[in-house]
Amino acid sequence: MTIADIDAAWIDAALTAARPQAVAALLRYFRDLDTAEEAFQEACLRALKAWPRNGPPRDPTAWLILVGRNAALDGVRKQSKSAPLPAEDLISDLEDAEAALVDRLDGEHYRDDVLRLLFICCHPDLPATQQVAVALRIVSGLSVKQIARAFLVSESAMEQRITRAKARIGAAAVPFGAPGVEDRAERLSTVAAMVYLVFNEGYSAGGKELLTRGSLCGEAIRLARLLLRLFPSEPEIMGLTALLLLQHARAPGRFDADGAVVLLEDQDRGLWNARMIAEGLALIDKAVRHRRPGPYLVQAAIAAEHDRAARAEDTNWARIDLLYGDLEQLAPSPVVTLNRAVAVSKTAGPERALEMIEPLAPKLSGYFHFFGLKGGLLFQLGRRDEARVAFDQAIALASTAAEAAHIRLHLDRLMNDGAGG
Amino acid sequence: MLYAILCYNLEDAVSAWTAAEDAVVMARLGVVEAGLAAADRLGAVARLLPTTSAVTLRKGREQMVIDGPFAETKEQLLGFYVVDCGNLEAAVDVARDLAVANPDRGAYEIRPLAVYRSGALTPSRLKRTPVKGLGA
Repeated sequence: MTIADIDAAWIDAALTAARPQAVAALLRYFRDLDTAEEAFQEACLRALKAWPRNGPPRDPTAWLILVGRNAALDGVRKQSKSAPLPAEDLISDLEDAEAALVDRLDGEHYRDDVLRLLFICCHPDLPATQQVAVALRIVSGLSVKQIARAFLVSESAMEQRITRAKARIGAAAVPFGAPGVEDRAERLSTVAAMVYLVFNEGYSAGGKELLTRGSLCGEAIRLARLLLRLFPSEPEIMGLTALLLLQHARAPGRFDADGAVVLLEDQDRGLWNARMIAEGLALIDKAVRHRRPGPYLVQAAIAAEHDRAARAEDTNWARIDLLYGDLEQLAPSPVVTLNRAVAVSKTAGPERALEMIEPLAPKLSGYFHFFGLKGGLLFQLGRRDEARVAFDQAIALASTAAEAAHIRLHLDRLMNDGAGG
Repeated sequence: MLYAILCYNLEDAVSAWTAAEDAVVMARLGVVEAGLAAADRLGAVARLLPTTSAVTLRKGREQMVIDGPFAETKEQLLGFYVVDCGNLEAAVDVARDLAVANPDRGAYEIRPLAVYRSGALTPSRLKRTPVKGLGA
């Protein structure tokens, strides 16, 4: 690696890190998403020229905002024949200009800017996958090509999707006023849900898809950490970040060399990322001090129980059952009960678990995991024919090749056992 | 004389390293550490988790635990070494070796120690008690 390579990598990381804050501030200034994005793009181009020559500025984000703003204004002025603004070479030495801007960047103002930028991606008219695509494009700065690959669609289809979504956002009234306490809390929870969606897009990928989609998990963690820096005292943001870290920590063990799913109980726990687990556990500790457990925190605590167990048989299922009990209170849903049934099957046996999930059938008739678990429980109870029906239903509902392959493995086992006995 | 070498860099840049890049840097730093250890000059070595994992206890008549790091800085304290060096020049040389091993941007602050107790901690992996207040 040469110094130039290091600089290029460092500058790239600094630009990526600065993007949400810079685009958010430019959006407030210009009140137009396209202008804000173009202004940031222009600032990045100038940074790539100016920073290797002059060294990076003291505050890269402030520099990018200032230069981006001036570049966009310059464009406007050229059209109206006004005097141009100072070149960015001069600006990078103007500590005062930076300092003044940094002052304004600090505190709630700038916090609300970033929250607004994330929030407008969560337009309620946009389907979840489009929210995720738009956020990845605007906030994370992924290219349309990268996003298209992550969603397994053609670049032109994704381009169209994002353009349409952005038009919708543009037509909506963007709330530029400073939000009140309640509005802020509501925005934050909407945005947190979107970050979790980004993560799940990556997490549900398997096999070959993992290469392209797995990066979405890293991107979601980056966004969660960003939220956590902006809202350092929100236990649910700590919980969300912890949840993503504790789940992503297991990624190296989730698939075998052929890309097939490895069940949690069969994973090589030595492959898990100990540093991510430590960070996730630290965040849970912090969050619990606030004594206001929310759904993300409880889910993180459940993930932590798995991560903490040195061997699968060390898993404290009784505690996981209790935690799912908490979660059923906080955020009742048939999926939560379904997951609780897994813990119950370990502590009280498959019969009791099957009783728990049978009433869920009408609500989960389109849910892969429902039939996967049902098949598994029936299999344990020796009800093979019923198990086979459930597994067949699961395969029909599988959304990834890895999911389907995993159920086929169960079916194979069923056939072999059947033949043997 | 003991010196602390405090490592500062952009947290975002460091956490953007891929696992492979991270491993390469840590291996190269490990070589420098091994050299110091072989010469009996290496004390505690620590790499810190991200600043978002920190809380800060504000002292005073009323103590307060605040979420987040003590100082919001542009570059963050990410870790430190304690090394035994004859003088400042020797400590600067160690920092230079570290900088060659990890040529990313950032800075090393070289700070002489007034008191050092090595303690008897050995690394233990994930031995933690479950948190109270959940799953009750």
